[in-house]
Amino acid sequence: MIEQNLSLLLVVLPLLAAPVTAILPQGKAPWLLTLITTWLCLILASWQLSLVTDGSVISYALGGWAPPWGIEYRIDAMNALVALLISGIAAITLPYALHTVEKEIPRHQLSLFYAVFLLCLVGLLGIAQTGDVFNLFVFLEISSLSSYVLIAMGEQRRALTAAFQYLIMGSIGATFLLIGIGLLFVETGTLNMLDLHERLQPIMHHRTVHTGFAFIVVGIALKLALFPLHLWLPNAYKYSPSAISVFLAATATKVAVYIMLRMVFTVFSTDFVRATPTDHIFLLLGVFGVILASIAAIYQTDMKRLLAYSSIAQISYMVLGMGLASALGVTATLVHVFNHALMKGALFMAAGALVYRVGSSQFKKLDGLGRHMPWTFAAIFIAGLSLIGIPGTAGFISKWYLVLAAIEHQSWLIALVILLGSLLTVVYMWKLVELLFFRPITDPALTVTEAPAWLLLPMWTLIIANIYFGINTELTVGVAETAVNLLGIAAIHE
Amino acid sequence: MNDQVLILLAVALPFASVAGILLLARWPNLREAVTLTTAAAVCAIVITVFSRFHEGALMAVDIVETLPGLFIRFEVEPLGMLFALIVGVLWLITSIYSIGYMRGHNDPNQTRFYAMFAIAIGSTLGTAFAGNLFTLFVWYEILTISTYPLVAHAGTDRARLGARTYVGILLATSIGLQLLAILVTYAVTGSLDFREGGILAGKLDPAWAGLLYALFIFGIGKAAVMPFHRWLPAAMVAPTPVSALLHAVAVVKAGVFTVLKVTIYIFGTDFITSSGASDWLIWFAGGTILLASLVAMTQDNLKLRLAYSTVSQLGYIVLGALLATNMSLLGGALHISMHAFAKITLFFAAGAILVAARKSDISDMDGLGRVMPITFGAFLIGSLSIIGLPPFGGMWSKWYLAMGTVEAGQWLLLTVLLLSSLLNIAYLLPVPVRGFFGKAGDGTTVTRIKEAPASCLIAMIITSLACLFLFFYPDPFYELAMNTAGAR
Repeated sequence: MIEQNLSLLLVVLPLLAAPVTAILPQGKAPWLLTLITTWLCLILASWQLSLVTDGSVISYALGGWAPPWGIEYRIDAMNALVALLISGIAAITLPYALHTVEKEIPRHQLSLFYAVFLLCLVGLLGIAQTGDVFNLFVFLEISSLSSYVLIAMGEQRRALTAAFQYLIMGSIGATFLLIGIGLLFVETGTLNMLDLHERLQPIMHHRTVHTGFAFIVVGIALKLALFPLHLWLPNAYKYSPSAISVFLAATATKVAVYIMLRMVFTVFSTDFVRATPTDHIFLLLGVFGVILASIAAIYQTDMKRLLAYSSIAQISYMVLGMGLASALGVTATLVHVFNHALMKGALFMAAGALVYRVGSSQFKKLDGLGRHMPWTFAAIFIAGLSLIGIPGTAGFISKWYLVLAAIEHQSWLIALVILLGSLLTVVYMWKLVELLFFRPITDPALTVTEAPAWLLLPMWTLIIANIYFGINTELTVGVAETAVNLLGIAAIHE
Repeated sequence: MNDQVLILLAVALPFASVAGILLLARWPNLREAVTLTTAAAVCAIVITVFSRFHEGALMAVDIVETLPGLFIRFEVEPLGMLFALIVGVLWLITSIYSIGYMRGHNDPNQTRFYAMFAIAIGSTLGTAFAGNLFTLFVWYEILTISTYPLVAHAGTDRARLGARTYVGILLATSIGLQLLAILVTYAVTGSLDFREGGILAGKLDPAWAGLLYALFIFGIGKAAVMPFHRWLPAAMVAPTPVSALLHAVAVVKAGVFTVLKVTIYIFGTDFITSSGASDWLIWFAGGTILLASLVAMTQDNLKLRLAYSTVSQLGYIVLGALLATNMSLLGGALHISMHAFAKITLFFAAGAILVAARKSDISDMDGLGRVMPITFGAFLIGSLSIIGLPPFGGMWSKWYLAMGTVEAGQWLLLTVLLLSSLLNIAYLLPVPVRGFFGKAGDGTTVTRIKEAPASCLIAMIITSLACLFLFFYPDPFYELAMNTAGAR
């Protein structure tokens, strides 16, 4: 019974929990319900993944309407991996949220906050589950609207402008996506992804299809903060509550990358990507994104903004993998989606822990904190190594596949840019490390102690995951390869 | 005990000891006891592994398949055994020395020092026993990272900048060049195994061999081939035991060790000679040998002078690899061990002078030898071994390296080697000469200075005796080096 409806349950569960949370009394109760919901989601998502790792596909017809007429939830290895990532990060963010949220959100808004958080989770999980492009748009809007609210709940008033900026950019993106979907619907009369793929094949050369594709790609690019459409991201990450920067940094853009993969490789096809300048545009933007965003990160004077720019650079890596349009390249993208969530999640948790203690993520407030908060500092150090791509950490695995894909593509320039990006990462991570450890503490009267265990435990869980997935890649690489096989990416033509 | 367990134990034990060191931070004597016990245990294990290996046991163990077809794998082969043996033995001696040095120096943060030191040693042993290039690279990078806190130990601005140069150059070369070279190797051959005769022959167009080899040689920044040598002098801001064991033995030898491994087991010497991959690279090695010696002469700071001397001596070993003849490989591998014992003696002495007399500049050391005869005596022995004079171990490796150049018909390089030996005399011997015969500018200071702490002296005496002993009985190292060179 549960197994048959697994795919739907994963979305419905948080959807049902959200209104209940909203009416719960302020205090620990909303948090507890959210915690239980996210952990249930994690269990369901792990279960779902275990069903599809062998390469099989679960097709779930919503309301019994057979696809392609009804909405279909179509789960293969890629969906399941992304769903696991979202629910896993949510489950690990919740313990972290307990104290930070109590400190940053007014008490009378607590239940509202958790309700919106659950809605955001619904949106993201829905995107991961659905096999219908319009349904996907709806879930994207649910997740976007709720994340505007979550960001706006940040402590400082500037959170409002940050949320507004994101709202404008995000709405433009969503509109573009909708226009694109509309154009495809006009051409084919279907909204089911698989059906779309088949019906598009004979009319791939139509101008309308090309226009629709362009609208879709630009729309998603706005959501995934692809350079140069990234301007909303740094402020959104900086001013949002700590727990939300962790959750959004680790999931929101990754889900957008997933949408891009689905649209480009499932709805359209590798041949279409190669026949149009799409792959070259991805490569070009990826190269500029990696280098410019990394350089921008070096010059930041705020830890959260530094991490945000680093995220933009890392997203550019994923886009590079797509641009290579080969099995290896897309594997690298998928692996990096997973691994980057682990490292950025840990880093934003550490940033949040520093903010928890000194109230700001400005560099001048962080001087010398590393010596007083050794566990947080060690977490930043190891997650930083993972971000650089030091062997023994998850980040190395992503870089390995990405460079290998570039070599297979015989794009030496791309290979060098990827490695150069790593070196720029060394520069900004080391800047952070030196500042946290070697500078004298600014205010000698300030007595800073280590962050509480509720913050450290989730942080270190992610750190250990970073090391584990750097040594044992059965889950990440294995599932990514299965997923890429199902995408049916054609071999590179010599 | 099972052989496989022994290898794992050798690598894991130093890591395990970190927990003990951290837990006993409040009781320095117990904390040092943990370090000493672990070092002794590791030393015993390594010697046991050596004797088992000597008996012909095949020791290899796969830990985990990290990427499809790429295992974290440990394997004992002659060159790795040689490296591990040196590190295992010298860690014990250095531990004895560090206790005297760190206490004599009244150093803060000693717990962190011992903990990070143990991690660095564990990574070095991991490097030595690495069973494929992938595993080797993993440990190579962990070694870089784990030594960073040791270089930055003092926490001053100078230490911070030195450590930044250190980690910057090592990471830049390893990520930018070496990783690329490894990936290209993997893309071409589909394997990163160490195999006798190499894996690239027949798969890589010989025209590209030179470029790939250069990526490796310069990418292995720890081998300090010019122009990527600046990290080594920069690392001299570290406490002396670190400079002694890590930056004269473990880290730098991990570099040249990797060069030898790549040469023998990835390229294969035949492929190198037939493709001419090293034709122009040898001049970088030759240049490094000479230029570093010349720079060493201009340094007044003793540790810096020794650092440049190390750069020059590493050039010898890299040259041995690049020439890829039997004799040169034998000499190169042997030089890993001979130089290790001699250079660590010199650093021990430099540290002893720093602790006892608070002096680091050579021009201040006039007359010190008369109050610190053991220290300066040890320094003299170490110098003579580095120069390559009998009756000291350093003679053997230089002999075979010179033979290697003759075998390859590189007469100009033979001249470089001989010239560099003369330069060694010119920059090393003035130190003991000034110490014993120089007249102190200020006669009163000398009388107040005593010999270094006993533990420092013990360590120095052991290593300088080892230099002498290795002249008469180089057999263990010679056999291992011979097997390495023969495995072509």
